[in-house]
Amino acid sequence: MEAAAADILPSGSSQELHVLAVDDSYVDRKVIEKLLKISSCKVTAVESGARALQFLGLDGEKGSLGFDGLKVNLIMTDYSMPGMTGYELLKKIKRSSAFREIPVVIMSSENILTRIDSCLEEGAEEFLVKPVKLSDVRRLMKDCVMRGETEGNNAGRRVDKRKFEDDNHTSSLSSSSSSTPSPPSSPSTTAPFGGDVATSELVSSLPPHSSKRAKFHDGD
Amino acid sequence: MERNPLRRQLQIMRKSLFDQGYLDEQFVQLEELQDESNPNFVEEVVTLYYRDSARLILNIEQALERKPYNFHKLDAYMHQFKGSSSSIGAKKVKAESTLFREYCKSGNGEGCMRCFQQLKKEYTTLRKKLEAYFQVARQAGPMETACRPK
Repeated sequence: MEAAAADILPSGSSQELHVLAVDDSYVDRKVIEKLLKISSCKVTAVESGARALQFLGLDGEKGSLGFDGLKVNLIMTDYSMPGMTGYELLKKIKRSSAFREIPVVIMSSENILTRIDSCLEEGAEEFLVKPVKLSDVRRLMKDCVMRGETEGNNAGRRVDKRKFEDDNHTSSLSSSSSSTPSPPSSPSTTAPFGGDVATSELVSSLPPHSSKRAKFHDGD
Repeated sequence: MERNPLRRQLQIMRKSLFDQGYLDEQFVQLEELQDESNPNFVEEVVTLYYRDSARLILNIEQALERKPYNFHKLDAYMHQFKGSSSSIGAKKVKAESTLFREYCKSGNGEGCMRCFQQLKKEYTTLRKKLEAYFQVARQAGPMETACRPK
């Protein structure tokens, strides 16, 4: 099921998700921006961690750039950037009382397990391997919005999983009850034709050939 | 099969780029982002790539003129270059970048130099092919080369 952020948001809410994308590569910024816009998000793309903090107002300078203070719903940052890495940016955000609730996704071209672990440990929502695909973004939108609708981060996830399992369980129950009850088939009751018990019963109820023949012969 | 000769030519060019390994799946991803509101998105990204990466190529070239090689710096430049190349689906260029980084990691200066020459060849060849492709694309008009799944 494909969905854009706007599709999943509860009806009556016309708000688009606002994503702050951080990447030092001009090409990657252009692509991620497009990926997000196509998924019905508002995007602010910046080239460094420092700019990201400035935008969020975390850089300690008061009223520096006059940004309109649009609420940020998600931060997507590249890992390897000169100056401040995505990991360092992640830490700063998670250590700030104002912004620690904002989900942060790390993007990296390198699939290094220790790197992934440390990012997740530091509170990253997800670690995406570059190049990022449209399906990655769509999945993020879904997860991100679901989180926003429930109270705790983890609580939201668990509730969804359980619900899915329950659905599966009830559907499997109903499917078995609706199917025709299969007759008890065991090797000891194999009928001549190898069919089920019902058929073999039918066969055995027919008058045997021998009795008929005998009668006919008598008629000659 | 396209009836329009220009579009047919475009299809053939496109197929060849993939069959010959110049482009990979990421290029298709970019095509999926293209729509009526942004019909030249792929060309824009590729143009941006060539403009942006020219700087990195120059940096690497200059770094390779200074002996002894600073492999750490060379690797850092190539990491960036590889990232961008990967983002546009430049398959052969990306492969050469990976090789270059391996030579950096093992401190093989000769390998770096040879690999870089090959990389520049692939980089240039791809640019020529893509320029030709986009030229036909513009003449052919808007065409759905990839359908974005709804």
